[in-house]
Amino acid sequence: MIKKNGSALLLNSILLFFVNTVLQAQDATALVQKVKNKIEMVHDYEALGRMKTNVSFLKIPVATVKIYFKKPNKLKIKNEKGISFVPKGAVSINLNNIVGGGKYTVLDAGTEKIGGVTVRMVKLLPDDDNAEVVLSTLYIDEANLIIKKAKTTTRENGSYELEMTYGKYMEYGLPDKIIFSFNAKDYKLPKGITFDFDDGETAKKTEDKAKNKKGRAEITISSYIINKGIADAVFNN
Amino acid sequence: MWTLLQIELFKIAKRPRTYIAFVAIAAIAFIFQFAFKADGQSYIDLMMQNVKDTFSFEREKAINGYFMCYIILNTLLIQVPILVALIAADSISGEANMGTLRLLLSKPISRTQLILVKFTAATIFTILLLLWMAITALLFSIIIFGADDMLVFRSKGEESQILLITKDDIIWRYVAAFAYAAVALTVIAALSLFLSIFAENSIGPIITTVCIVIVCTIISNINVPIIDKNVKPFLFTSYLVGWKGFFYIGTTEDGETIKGSIENWPAIQKSLFILLAHIVIFVSASIIVFKRKDILS
Amino acid sequence: MSAIISVTNLSKKFRDITAVDDLSFTVNEGDIYGFLGQNGAGKSTTIRMLLSLIKPTSGNINIFGKNLQTNRSEILQQAGAVIEKPDLYKYLTAYQNLYIFAKMSGIKVNRQLLMRQLEMVGLSDRAYSKVKTFSQGMKQRLGIAVALVHNPKLIVLDEPTNGLDPQGIADMRNLILQLSKEMGKTIVVSSHLLSEIEIIANRILIINKGKKIVEGTAAALLDPSKSIVQIDTLNNVAALHLLKQSRWAPFISTSINTIKIQMNKNDIPELNKYMNAMGIGILSIQPRHSLEDYFLSLTTQQQHVDPITN
Repeated sequence: MIKKNGSALLLNSILLFFVNTVLQAQDATALVQKVKNKIEMVHDYEALGRMKTNVSFLKIPVATVKIYFKKPNKLKIKNEKGISFVPKGAVSINLNNIVGGGKYTVLDAGTEKIGGVTVRMVKLLPDDDNAEVVLSTLYIDEANLIIKKAKTTTRENGSYELEMTYGKYMEYGLPDKIIFSFNAKDYKLPKGITFDFDDGETAKKTEDKAKNKKGRAEITISSYIINKGIADAVFNN
Repeated sequence: MWTLLQIELFKIAKRPRTYIAFVAIAAIAFIFQFAFKADGQSYIDLMMQNVKDTFSFEREKAINGYFMCYIILNTLLIQVPILVALIAADSISGEANMGTLRLLLSKPISRTQLILVKFTAATIFTILLLLWMAITALLFSIIIFGADDMLVFRSKGEESQILLITKDDIIWRYVAAFAYAAVALTVIAALSLFLSIFAENSIGPIITTVCIVIVCTIISNINVPIIDKNVKPFLFTSYLVGWKGFFYIGTTEDGETIKGSIENWPAIQKSLFILLAHIVIFVSASIIVFKRKDILS
Repeated sequence: MSAIISVTNLSKKFRDITAVDDLSFTVNEGDIYGFLGQNGAGKSTTIRMLLSLIKPTSGNINIFGKNLQTNRSEILQQAGAVIEKPDLYKYLTAYQNLYIFAKMSGIKVNRQLLMRQLEMVGLSDRAYSKVKTFSQGMKQRLGIAVALVHNPKLIVLDEPTNGLDPQGIADMRNLILQLSKEMGKTIVVSSHLLSEIEIIANRILIINKGKKIVEGTAAALLDPSKSIVQIDTLNNVAALHLLKQSRWAPFISTSINTIKIQMNKNDIPELNKYMNAMGIGILSIQPRHSLEDYFLSLTTQQQHVDPITN
């Protein structure tokens, strides 16, 4: 009798597991779709923000920038007043690019905690072998349908990471703060061009100098103007 | 003294060779402005080689008047010492060569006065040269290329850096840089004046000054540790480019620039002090040697 | 007559060379003081020391009763100099040159004063020409104008006739005489042109190899009783032997094939008689009373003649 019950239990467990997995997979796809629907409510926006770039060889001030977005994937970051250095992969901060592109396969990757909040981890594998994005990992806050973090590997532009913090624009899926981490090649001046003033000091060696040439851009957005229409000309160079 | 100084300045103004320096500076500035107007983008591309892959930035804005002035000054301040020597090295040797020195010194003016007046006149000439540089290299560049944020390319030890200074944080730096350059070039003037005492024509002191500056500059830039430690700090040429220090903007721990700051103000102060000390030494030596000199010319 | 310049035991050594050796002399007020010597005798060095262009190795220079070393400025305000060929600023005009040096002399300068000076030296019509267009004579004249513009009491002229043509030399001579006689200036003039000094100087200093040979009035130096008489005979050896036993013995000097005696030229007949009496055939007896011969005899002979001082 007991033997028969043990087998049934095992069978049940296995069955439950598979059902759960399938259900969960369906959950993951449905979740991503829900997030995508939310994001796609925004046709365009104009955001005003401050961009702080942290790269070892770049010493630049915090720049006041305007970010323009237009569906499906037009994005431009502009410094109205002076010169600014915008990481090239910044086009990826448009989440539409990540979730909105072609078809992809969604894989559930479990859960994780970010800032004390449990988030769902999903992996997106584009079906299109030639797509720019090779793999994305999204960390989604299920309750609010927002992406808190995204790790993306691209074909041409290396891999990068996005961390989002949300505030009053959460209902649109638009973050207040984006931290964008990327790979930055080291910079070397052509030799002999500058006669520099040697003040006797050498540059402070940062811990991760030699190996990890990572750069960081932190954009803090103060306001969005959403769905008010933006001319295409804005996105021209 | 004031009368003597007026006379000296009058004599300098009346000599055609005085104006060679001003023409040369204008020509150099113009050549750079022309070249960069034609193809400045190539220079930016060269300097930003691998940065271009990771970042996009407004290339056209990078070539602006402030940036141009920095480039022009970079070259000019290697050549301008020769132009300063052209006048300063003529101070005493030129008079000896012309035969007027014996007449000058049989007048009731002291030899100390004469040296001080010659030095002051050479310094005024140097300052006028720098004002002219400010006009041709800075003002004209701003007129031709406009004003915008400024990129500064820098080697700091083994590292290379790109600094960005915002438009409204630049002019005061140039004022300070020109003032510093005035002190630096005055050292050259004082050295030339000193060498001028030993010769009876100015070619010798001019060439000697130029040779000293070139050799010392090479040593200053050799980057051999034993020389860097033991020789470099004592060469005045190591401090001639200190004006650039005004463009090495201070940063936070994160690398964010701090408006209105200088990374290493004490280093600039130290350089200024050393240059001023050189001036005092050269002028004092000039007075001492000149007072003892027998005028045989 | 007060001493304007008083030099005592002045010496100057350049490394191993003694250019001036223990020189002492005095220049009185109103003198035209001739400074004579061959090239390299030490004249220019001495003059440059008087003008504080060269520092003495030892000795003392007093001008206007004051020590030169400690009162240089004050003294030089009252002195004007033309040192060898006057060199001025070629790229400036005559007027500008005069202006500059006048200002340096410490006087108040105005156009009238400068034009008057230029007129005095005959350059008023070339006032605004650049000096590089001037002939040597014109530069010399401008040099004089520069030396005189501040009305100095003492004028020092070092080889002022160098490079001048005969007319220029004559003009210079007349100017010096005018400055002395009409304007009461004290003038020190150095030259190797003995004939010129002979004409204008009232007191003369002769130096050789940095040493004083003789100092005195021109009159005393050219005194007929101090003539140099040159004798040429058929037998100079015998003649010399004889003369050395005569009263003229202390005043004999010899050079190749000539015998010279410093004597009163009025005694020549007596000398002639003596030589004839001794059987010496005379070829010629020639009295020389020019300064040139006196100078030559002093500076080339081995014997030193007793200094004749005044």
